[in-house]
Amino acid sequence: MTALVALFSTAAIGAGIIFFLAGTVGLIRFPDGLTRLHALTKADNLGLGLIVIGLLPLSSSVGMALKLVVIWALVQFAGATVAQLIARVARSTERGE
Amino acid sequence: MADALTVAAVIVLAIAAVGLVRVLRGPSRIDRMMAVQLLGSGSVAVLVLLAVGSGTDALVDIALTLALLAAFASIALATTLAQKATAAAKAEHAPGTPAS
Repeated sequence: MTALVALFSTAAIGAGIIFFLAGTVGLIRFPDGLTRLHALTKADNLGLGLIVIGLLPLSSSVGMALKLVVIWALVQFAGATVAQLIARVARSTERGE
Repeated sequence: MADALTVAAVIVLAIAAVGLVRVLRGPSRIDRMMAVQLLGSGSVAVLVLLAVGSGTDALVDIALTLALLAAFASIALATTLAQKATAAAKAEHAPGTPAS
């Protein structure tokens, strides 16, 4: 049983890391500000979500697992609002320049 | 399993550090703000991995506060930039007449 859990969590955390890498590569390689914002916000939140899912069976208590999900939800909401704000500022300065 | 999690944490930390390049090269302030956002979520992931890997639950609380503070930092900068943009637009817009 624990081998299955270990396999599942390594697979989920590996996928999470790959998405993190995709987000960072997107942040560096993409030409325009808004595309970077797009890549960064989506890939990182998904990466963190996969890492949290991979960690859920390994966490020591149910309370800690619940706290992990709460952290992921907070990062999701924060990322969404900040992305909207950054996009609005990016659009206004682009029009301004 | 614990040391595998620590290795994963180190990898995510390295990825977040690579994201710092954008802070150096970022032409505009917005790119730097995005890099701060990347650092925030990256280090939350690292803290969570270390928390489960080493079994100390306190790290999860630290990750929670870090996620909150990273959001506030970006929101604070975004609002000041927005105010500066509207102020600049108003000044450009013939300072004598009120902006429509």
